[in-house]
Amino acid sequence: MNDMRPVERAVDTNEIKFDCKDCQVYYGEKHAIIDVDVKIEDKTVTAFIGPSGCGKSTFLRCLNRMNDTIDICRVEGQFLLDGEEIYDKRVDPVQLRAKVGMVFQRPNPFPKSIYDNIAYGPRIHGLAKNKAELDEIVEKSLRRGAIWDEVKDRLDAPGTGLSGGQQQRLCIARAVATEPEVLLMDEPCSALDPIATSQVEELIDELRENYSVVIVTHSMQQAARVSQKTAFFHLGNLVEFGETGQIFTNPKDPRTESYITGRIG
Amino acid sequence: MPVLWIFLAVLGLGLIAYFAGRSRALGTAGGDTRQLHSLPSYYGWHGFMLTVVPALLVLAAWLLIAPSIIESRAASTIPDSAIAERGSRSLVMAEVRRAGEAIDMAVEQGKMDAGLAANLRADFTDVTARLKETGAIITSTVTQPVLRAAQEYRVMSKRSGLFMSVAVLGLAIVGFAFAVMRTHKDFRARNVVEQGIKVILILASTIAILTTVGIVLSMLFETGHFFDKYPWQSFFFGTTWAPDFRGNSELGMLPLLWGTLYISLVALLVAVPVGLFAAIYLSEYAGPKLRAVAKPMIEVLAGIPTIVYGLFALITVGPLVRDWIAQPIGLGNSTNSVMTAGVVMGIMLIPFVSSLSDDIINAVPQAMRDGSYGLGATQSETIKQVVLPAALPGIVGAILLAASRAIGETMIVVMGAGAAAAQMSDGLGAIINPFQAMTTVTVKIVSQLTGDTDFASPETLVAFALGLTLFVITLGLNVLALYIVRKYREQYE
Ligand SMILES: Nc1ncnc2c1ncn2[C@@H]1O[C@H](COP(=O)(O)OP(=O)(O)O)[C@@H](O)[C@H]1O
Ligand SMILES: [Mg+2]
Repeated sequence: MNDMRPVERAVDTNEIKFDCKDCQVYYGEKHAIIDVDVKIEDKTVTAFIGPSGCGKSTFLRCLNRMNDTIDICRVEGQFLLDGEEIYDKRVDPVQLRAKVGMVFQRPNPFPKSIYDNIAYGPRIHGLAKNKAELDEIVEKSLRRGAIWDEVKDRLDAPGTGLSGGQQQRLCIARAVATEPEVLLMDEPCSALDPIATSQVEELIDELRENYSVVIVTHSMQQAARVSQKTAFFHLGNLVEFGETGQIFTNPKDPRTESYITGRIG
Repeated sequence: MPVLWIFLAVLGLGLIAYFAGRSRALGTAGGDTRQLHSLPSYYGWHGFMLTVVPALLVLAAWLLIAPSIIESRAASTIPDSAIAERGSRSLVMAEVRRAGEAIDMAVEQGKMDAGLAANLRADFTDVTARLKETGAIITSTVTQPVLRAAQEYRVMSKRSGLFMSVAVLGLAIVGFAFAVMRTHKDFRARNVVEQGIKVILILASTIAILTTVGIVLSMLFETGHFFDKYPWQSFFFGTTWAPDFRGNSELGMLPLLWGTLYISLVALLVAVPVGLFAAIYLSEYAGPKLRAVAKPMIEVLAGIPTIVYGLFALITVGPLVRDWIAQPIGLGNSTNSVMTAGVVMGIMLIPFVSSLSDDIINAVPQAMRDGSYGLGATQSETIKQVVLPAALPGIVGAILLAASRAIGETMIVVMGAGAAAAQMSDGLGAIINPFQAMTTVTVKIVSQLTGDTDFASPETLVAFALGLTLFVITLGLNVLALYIVRKYREQYE
C-alpha cells in the first residue's frame, strides 16, 4: 500500500475525450477554479490530486454539469466533449449525465433493491425493451462492477444492506448501467476500508478498457497506483498536469514537489 | 387561612431563604466567592427549593385528598333511610354541601351567630327558610340528618383548613431552617440544586402521565357503568342510533363510526394530495425566499380556530355544494353534507400533512438526489422514484397523524355535516351518498352530555363508551404513526 512507485504502463496516445480551456468557476463571489486547461483522454485513468478545498470536486462536477444543481455556482470557459460544447444551450444536462456517469465520495445506493438500483438508469433512459433485456443489463453491469458473485442470490435485498465497499461497487455498477463514455469518481474510496479500497482500485483499472475514468483522490499512493495521467490542483489553479510517472518522480513545479513530499497538506 | 395566602407566604419564605442561603454561604467564605464550592446563587436556589417545593407538594396533595375524606366522613353520618328517600348518595351529599355553605354564609352575613350555627336543629328552628334568606341555593327542606352531616362537614372543613395551614407553613419553615443550617462554604450546593431540578422535572412529567392515566381510568369506569345498563353487543354492532331520554333507546355505534370514518376519508382525500404536493413544491422546487414566505402562510391554516372553519362550511361551502353539485345531479338538497364537512376539514388538515411531509422530504439526504441526477434523471423523476419512496414511511406517519386529528374533529362536523346520524336501515345508497347530512361520534358525545338529564341513564353514559372507542382508535393511529416514523428515522441514522 505504501509503494509510491508509479506503475509503469505503456501509455498510448488515445483520443481526447474532454478538451477544457480557460475554465472558471465561481461560487457567488468566490473564484473556485481559475484558468484551468486540461485534456482528458479516452481509455485512461486521470487522477486529480491536491490539498483539500483546492477545487478538485468542483472541477470534476463541471464535467457532467452537476454544478447546475447548485444555485450560486457559475461556470465559464470551454468544455468540449468529443468536440462538442457541453454547456451549449442545445445540450440537455440530463442527457449529458447519462453519458458522463458519476460515483460519489460516500456510497449512496437508493433505498431500493439491488436490482432496482442498477435498473434505475436504464429504466429512465429506456435502454431495455423488455424484462429479459433489463435482466441482462443488470447482470452485465454488476459483473463490470465486480460485485455480481456477491449479490447474484439476493438481487431483491435492499442495496442499503450491503457493506460499505459493496455499496460503492454497487454505485459504480449503477453508473456503468447507463452505458456512459466517461466515469467521474469523487474520492470513491475515502469511506472504505483498505480491503474494499483495493477491490475498487482493481475495478477502476479494469474499467479503463472501456471508459475514460476521472478520479479525485486525496491519497497520492492511490493516484500513483491507478492512474496514467495526474493533475495537481492548488488553490483553484491547475499547477501541473502530465504522465503520472513523471509527476511523481520528476515534478516540474516546486508546489507539486512539496505536496508530493508532504509539505503542503 | 385561604389557600392563596398560604401559597404567597410559602413563596415569600422561599425568597427570604434564597437571600439567607446566599449571604450565609458568602459569610462563611469571608465574602470571597472563589472560596465557595458553588456560585453564590446556587446556595440561594438551594434554600428556595428546600423551603418551597416540599411545602407546595404537601399543599397540593392536601387539596386533592382532603375533600374526599371529609365528604366520606360526613356521608357516613347520614342514615341509609335518608339516602333511600332522595334516590342516591351523591344527591344527598350535594345537599349537605350546599347546606354547609349556606350556614357559613349566614354566619358571615351576621344573620346567625356562630354559637347558634353550631347547634342548629332542623326541627326547632325554621332552618330552611333562614338559610334561604342568605341567598344560598337551597332547593328542598333541610332535614335533620342532612343538617347534622352539614355541621360535620363544616367542622371538618375548618379543622382541615387549619391543619393544612399549620402543616404547610411548618414544613416551609423546617425546610428553610434545614437549608440555611447546612449552608457553608464547602457545601456542594451546585450538585444539590442539580438533583433538585431533576426531581422537579420528574414531578412535572409524572403529573402529565398521571393525568392521562386518570382520564383513561375515569372513562373506563363510566364505560363500565354504561355496559351494566346496556348490552355491549348492541352498542358495538347495533346499526341504529336512536337515543330516547325516556328510555328504550337504541344506541348502536356503527352509524356514528361510519360517519366519522366517511367524513375523515373525504377530508384526507382533500388534504393528502394538496398537502403533499405543496410540500414537494416547497422543499424541492421553491427558492429559499418563496419558501420563507409560503411555509408560514400555509401553517397559518393550522392556527385558525375550528369554529371559524365551521362557519366557513356552514355559510360558504355548504350552500355552494348544494346549489352547484348536489341539486343539479339530484343527490340531495341539504346544506349539511358529508362533502361540505369533509372538504373544509381537509383544508384544515393541509398544514398537518404539508408541514410534516416537508420536514421529512428535507431529511432525505442530498446524496440520494445527487446519485439520481448523476445518472441522468430529471428532477421530477428523482422526486418520484427516489425522494418520495425514501420519505414514504415518514409521509405515511404524517397522514396517520392527520387522520387521527380528523377523527377527533367536532365543530366542523356539526356545522358542515349536521347532527343526524346515518340511517343504515335506508340501505347502502343512502349511507354512501356524500351529499347526505351525517354525523360523527364526537358530535354525538356532545349532544348526549348536554341536555337536561342525570348522569345515570344509558343515554348519557353512552357518551363515555363512545369517547373511549374514539380514544382507542386515535391512540392506535398515533402509535402506528410513531412506530412508522421511528422506523423511517433508523433508515438514515
Ligand atoms: N456548494 C458550494 N458553495 C460554496 N462554496 C463551495 C461549494 N462547494 C465548494 N465550495 C468552495 O469551493 C472550493 C473548492 O471546493 P471543492 O471543489 O469541494 O474542493 P476539494 O474537492 O478539492 O476539496 C472550496 O473553497 C469550497 O469552500
Ligand atoms: Mg472534494
